[in-house]
Amino acid sequence: MNYFKGTEDYVISKDLRDNVNVSIALQRPLIVKGEPGTGKTLLAHSIAKGLGKKLIIWNIKSTTKAQEGLYLYDTVQRLNDARFGDNDISDIKQYIKMGKLGEAFASEEQLVLLIDEIDKADIEFPNDLLNEIDEMSFYIPETKETIKAKNRPIVIITSNSEKELPDPFLRRCIFHYIEFPEQELMEEIVHVHFPKIEKKLLREALKKFYWIREFDMLRKKPSTSELIDWLQALILGGISEKDVEKEIPFLGTLLKKKEDIDIVQKTGKTHYAYNTSMRTRDVY
Amino acid sequence: MFINFFFNLKSRGVPVSLHEWITLHYALTMNLNDSSLTSFYNIARAILVKNEIFFDRYDMAFLDTFGGIETTDEMLEQILAGLKKVKELHLSEEEKKQIEQLNLDEVLKNFEEQLKQGHYKNHVGGNKAIGTGGRSTQGAWGYNPAGIRIGQGESRHRSAVQIAEKRTFRNYSSDITLDTRQMRVALSHLRSLLPIGTGEKLDLKKTIDETCKNAGEIELVWQTKEKKSSKVMLMMDVGGSMTPFSELVERLFSAASSQISKFKHFYFHNCFYQDLWTDMERNQSIATMEMIKSEDSDYKVIIVGDAEMAPSELTWVNGAIDYWYHNDTPGVVWMQRIKEKFTDVIWVNPLPKRNWQYVHSIRMVRDIFPMFELTLDGLDEGVKFLMTGKCGLYNKK
Repeated sequence: MNYFKGTEDYVISKDLRDNVNVSIALQRPLIVKGEPGTGKTLLAHSIAKGLGKKLIIWNIKSTTKAQEGLYLYDTVQRLNDARFGDNDISDIKQYIKMGKLGEAFASEEQLVLLIDEIDKADIEFPNDLLNEIDEMSFYIPETKETIKAKNRPIVIITSNSEKELPDPFLRRCIFHYIEFPEQELMEEIVHVHFPKIEKKLLREALKKFYWIREFDMLRKKPSTSELIDWLQALILGGISEKDVEKEIPFLGTLLKKKEDIDIVQKTGKTHYAYNTSMRTRDVY
Repeated sequence: MFINFFFNLKSRGVPVSLHEWITLHYALTMNLNDSSLTSFYNIARAILVKNEIFFDRYDMAFLDTFGGIETTDEMLEQILAGLKKVKELHLSEEEKKQIEQLNLDEVLKNFEEQLKQGHYKNHVGGNKAIGTGGRSTQGAWGYNPAGIRIGQGESRHRSAVQIAEKRTFRNYSSDITLDTRQMRVALSHLRSLLPIGTGEKLDLKKTIDETCKNAGEIELVWQTKEKKSSKVMLMMDVGGSMTPFSELVERLFSAASSQISKFKHFYFHNCFYQDLWTDMERNQSIATMEMIKSEDSDYKVIIVGDAEMAPSELTWVNGAIDYWYHNDTPGVVWMQRIKEKFTDVIWVNPLPKRNWQYVHSIRMVRDIFPMFELTLDGLDEGVKFLMTGKCGLYNKK
């Protein structure tokens, strides 16, 4: 049986690892939700690597239709061939092109299938896939063929909760909400990227990082990837922890909006004032 | 016995289906939770709860069902962690004999006792907790008499009941008032007001036409069909008691305005009269009558305000809160006019619903407009009402 233990380059919480294994054991898709930059997409990469399986990624866009994931019947090509007589057009099979889902089902070995950002698509999209995900099979009427997964793929679905997913779809899945990592876990994550980083610098930088995240008024909160960029800049710039203590260098790598930078810089001067003034207060 | 948990979840409004409940039992029969309550807490949540806004209610249901239960999770973890550090055992023959004589209950009891006394907290080197010479149960149970650390590599995992007690997910709950963190989610609830996107369709007739003209060379003609988006109008109370909410609401809708092509917004203070302001500072205004005349009646109107004012502001001529402002028509009449003009109007109130009945003016406004709380749930209901004309609270027909 497959048991996912995690990989070296991906720090995973115990809860999430348990849930990954539950989803593998129960053969249900795992829906991963959470703030941007909490490593939802990387999880699938890590699982594929950890279990030594091939990864298929299906990126969902706002125009993606469920059918595209299963197969495409290239009628235009067939029409063209019919006119020029290059191929045997009675053989419809050659005009059926498997989509990502179809590819994963048809494969001989077990795969990891990542359906990335499923909430980007139309609201009806997940519902169209209900049966296919449930039974891991679908029927192609053109060739009177049924594609059935020999080995049910490990399905990881990520969502940014832009749209609510329909209940019947959710009922068939395992759900995990990735919380933003706390300081301890974050230290581990940073260590994966920078094994040699100075402890004091990291402490100080993280203190500042979480302080910035406390601001409720930020338009975009800095996430893990921004922290990594920032640390990279600090290391390359040869900034010492004392400088980080005094001010926040390279603020632009953490915050991407001018308004956000203004807010942080303004309150950065009166260090402790942010607590009362910046938060939305419950006045009643 | 733990079917109670299912009903506890149900009674707290977590949407759990039998399907998921059975899935959980599959997981339990496969012992995916390693017989541990902490893992059970986590796994059951993953299987039963599909939205983080219900995590808090799940925590409460979990506390209700399993609150009094004693677990050995923590102890087990510490023992295991301690055992991992044992590299080799130096046991004499005599000690090995002692081990065989011990029964497990006794060992556990002893261990637990010492755990309670805090012997393991800072134990480096042999003291009386971990026996010297292998006499104590710990020594006999395989801890190196020279002194093994137990429970010092701090465990980040807490027992399930403690986790549930912490209720870290309270903020995700959908019935609390919106804060900025949740604005994004709230916006997604307004998505049903947004255009659904374009659809592409093969225009068969034109394709045949073009192909014929092209001397048989296939020429595909696609037609795009854009689905209609809603028109949204926001009217917002600013100033006075609304000040704490104004920026919040403003940003919520300014984000929405970038996605809704037909988006209008106006401001008022407490109640609207013959003028509506077009900026937040209330410097520029247009006549309300003009607005009512010129705008289409199919705008979906969302009015945001606490509706908390003196009843006179609604009912009196010259009742406006601003002393220098003279209105010859009472506010309540203007409200009626807005209501008659637009087919779909809702009033969204940032005050908690439980306070509404104590404020006279809110009751009066509620008589005119359907009122919803400015929470995720309330906004959801409100948008549903705007789109379909009915929801759990109100039904137009």
